[in-house]
Amino acid sequence: MRVRTLVAREQVEQELDEELQYHLEREVEAGVAAGMDAKEARYAALRRMGAIGQSREECRDARGWNTMEHLWSDVRFGLRQLQRGREFSLLAILILALGICASVAIFAFVDTALVKPLPYKDPATLLGIYERIPTCTYCNISWLDYLDWKAQNTTLSGLELFQGRGHTLTSASGAVMVRGARVSDGFFRLLGGGMVIGRDFHAGEDKAGAPRTVILSYGAWQQHYGGDASVLGRTVLLDRIPRMIVGVLPKEFHFAPAGAAEFWAPFHPESECDLRRSCHAMYSVGRMKPGVSAEAVLANLLAIAGQLERQYPATNRNQSANVQVLSEVIVGDIRPVLLLLMGGAGLLLAIAISNVAGLLLVRSEGRRREMAVRSALGASSGRLMSQFATEALLLIGAAMAVGCLAAHWTMQLLLRMLPEDMLNRMPYLANLGWTPRVAGFAFAVAVLAALLFAVAPQVQLWGQQLRAGLAEGSRGSTSGVWRNLGSKLAVVEVATAMVLLVGAGLLGKSLYRLMQVKLGLEPGHLVTMDVAAPDAVYGQGTQASELVRRILHEVRALPGVRAAGVTANGALVGHNGNTTWLRVVGRPETDDHLDVPERDVSAEFFSTIGAKLAGGRYFAESDEQPGRPPVAIVNQAFARQYFPGEEAVGKRLTKRRHASIEIVGVVEDVRQGPLNVPIRPVLYLPFHQNSDTYFTLVVRAEAGDVLPSIRGIIRNIHPEIVTRREFTMAEAISKTPAAYVQRSTAWLVGAFAGLALLLALVGLYGVIAYTVSQRTREIGVRMALGAQTRQVYRMVLRDAAVLSVLGIGIGLGSAAMLAGVAKEMLFGVSPWDAGVLVVISLGLAAAAQLAGFVPARRAASVDPASVLRME
Amino acid sequence: MSKPTGLVQGALDLLILKILALEPAHGWAIAQRIEQMSNDVLQVGQSALYPALHKLEQNGWIQAEWAISDNNRRAKYYSLTAAGRKALAQEGAQWERLSGAITAIVRTV
Repeated sequence: MRVRTLVAREQVEQELDEELQYHLEREVEAGVAAGMDAKEARYAALRRMGAIGQSREECRDARGWNTMEHLWSDVRFGLRQLQRGREFSLLAILILALGICASVAIFAFVDTALVKPLPYKDPATLLGIYERIPTCTYCNISWLDYLDWKAQNTTLSGLELFQGRGHTLTSASGAVMVRGARVSDGFFRLLGGGMVIGRDFHAGEDKAGAPRTVILSYGAWQQHYGGDASVLGRTVLLDRIPRMIVGVLPKEFHFAPAGAAEFWAPFHPESECDLRRSCHAMYSVGRMKPGVSAEAVLANLLAIAGQLERQYPATNRNQSANVQVLSEVIVGDIRPVLLLLMGGAGLLLAIAISNVAGLLLVRSEGRRREMAVRSALGASSGRLMSQFATEALLLIGAAMAVGCLAAHWTMQLLLRMLPEDMLNRMPYLANLGWTPRVAGFAFAVAVLAALLFAVAPQVQLWGQQLRAGLAEGSRGSTSGVWRNLGSKLAVVEVATAMVLLVGAGLLGKSLYRLMQVKLGLEPGHLVTMDVAAPDAVYGQGTQASELVRRILHEVRALPGVRAAGVTANGALVGHNGNTTWLRVVGRPETDDHLDVPERDVSAEFFSTIGAKLAGGRYFAESDEQPGRPPVAIVNQAFARQYFPGEEAVGKRLTKRRHASIEIVGVVEDVRQGPLNVPIRPVLYLPFHQNSDTYFTLVVRAEAGDVLPSIRGIIRNIHPEIVTRREFTMAEAISKTPAAYVQRSTAWLVGAFAGLALLLALVGLYGVIAYTVSQRTREIGVRMALGAQTRQVYRMVLRDAAVLSVLGIGIGLGSAAMLAGVAKEMLFGVSPWDAGVLVVISLGLAAAAQLAGFVPARRAASVDPASVLRME
Repeated sequence: MSKPTGLVQGALDLLILKILALEPAHGWAIAQRIEQMSNDVLQVGQSALYPALHKLEQNGWIQAEWAISDNNRRAKYYSLTAAGRKALAQEGAQWERLSGAITAIVRTV
């Protein structure tokens, strides 16, 4: 029936008429039967029945038609209103959609990185477990230490090992580099959650000599095997070693600390490093026992580490322990960035909403007469309110549609703009998208905007004498309510823009500082490329260094190549890897050993990258020959720290009971880590001792792209040598995480700030222009009485100045309060950088004056005669 | 203003449901029957009757169908639905309680 009420309205209406008609006729018949004549009976019946029209109306109300009817007419009227002010509507929708797009897109990142729980069982009880040394807070653990920690601890219900690494995957279509990890047998059981197909590793499957198996990530399963369930039991060739596929991980599984690994293998301790207690190459993750705190775990592990230190003084001196909540390990770095961006997007949204609220106010002001007329004709105030609410909802609906669509694209775009390295470090971003939480956020924004918009125009209608609108509407006197509310909105907008501008200014300056960091090398025309040769072919004796020599020889022969060198540890790698212990010859035995990064470089490495010599000499080709006396080069940081006030060249070092090494040169500090981290002392050794099959090639060429020819040379030497991470050095620098995060944050916040500035100026302009239009009469009279153009200008510009100074002041205050948030994002800039604050304040004030100038000119061009005539 | 004098809010609904519980009827017949059964004390005008009928129909307590009436013309006949029967029992009990309470008070004073 209800449906029929709506669908078959005509029919229901007709039936109602027929029903009432029938009633009337029966009344008449009853009258006639009682002895009245027909006419008299009819009149009597009509009298008895009362107003038929009214009861018909009440029947409609009873059916709930009127509500629907009113809503529908509100919608139609609202659409007509929006269409009539088409520019207004488009502008409002655009501004709102912008705010929605920015905030929803950023929220989706926040959701996937910070809100969505990690895809593990009970993620809050998981800890990253590290060894700690004086120079490295969260550091790798060695396998033997791990075994002792695992066996002796009383606070963890599980402790498992993992190590991310690269593999060469050989298939029918050739060799490619893939990301892998090896883990202890209970790793996936510790995290919780099963496989999509197949099985987890059995207990004991990680022992040396156990059958070689592998578990695929969901992505690798889809990419390499098309999601075929028959992969189980098949064999893959990883680094030429056949491994049997036993399982596939679920789609939502990710474990950022091991990188975006695609092939997960059991641990199998085999290499010399695996079995050496002093070779720290793995990481571990543990689960706290119920009721145990992270502090208790740390205390427990520190005690064990202390015990091991006494037991193995040769290897475990200064090796202590550290723990970190796993969620902190995974998203700790990105959290401040995302929160900062979310704050920026939120401010932009706030400014967009107040801007549109301001626009709606101006419009409702213009419709005072209309409202007064409608109210005089009998519209209830509820009816008027619902009219405004409907219009606001239509506006928001349109803005939501546009904004959410744009947000969807923005998410994809931002994701695609992230460099691969960053994506591998944040595998959880693969789950970015429209979760219920993101949709809920968008909905909440819509509700908030709806409340504000529906309420704002009514603030002035509410309690205001609508009839007054009829009386004075034609004269257009300034409405105090609007001026008040509109001005407040403008101040809020300017203040918000100020906060965003300060943020963008600080980030911009910080980025500039970062890019000014002295690299210690010449990045122009320098390319780098990682090369991985199969261990089975090049892993023995001097095979690797012979390969390196051959590659360098052929590359140097390429046209345009000026120099080429090799380093074993990446040109710009993280700072905490590959340290070595040293002792200065001639210093007392009790002295703590020096724990410094070791970098194996070829003879021409320094001259290739353009590092400057501060003393002594570079390596020569002859240093690489076997049997030559061991030599080393150190950087200035090394010389400063370990030989303060002494000449470092000529000093001797010993490394793990090997023959003493002579320092033959000191180079100026070369950036080898993130740009925002202080340079550490580094020891450079000739490459010849190194048998590593994974190294980085550095080539300086005249011009042009030499990468393809180099790739060709390498493939010619052996088809199974793979190359990856090919960069020009300039690219490599701009893609270091610190630089990348700084730059993209600065750009995004800068874009938010630019938009906010624009919106704030439009809002300010709106208020001033409106005030001027309302004061045309007053200005005309003033000018007729002798006011100068200059005075009119000053009067209007003073309005703009008061509002903007208020806004800038409030903005500065808020920025100062919020500065702490941005502090850890900034490099070489204080959050209260006076230069930035002054420049932004002055710039914003000037822009505000400009926004006031246009209406001021209109005010000054008022013709007093015509205004007076209008009186 | 259009409600029968002294008829408590909701009482008309109850009366309509009660009448329809006996047999399906059209609007005019319902009004007639209320008059008869109350010995002409309660007079129900169409201005109160029809909105009430439409509201009850919208509630799903009564349903309507067109049928030929006693004077051989098309009339809209209302009858009680299952939900209506349940509502009648509830409203009836409610009414008894209410009227009993009021009577008790009126008598003591």
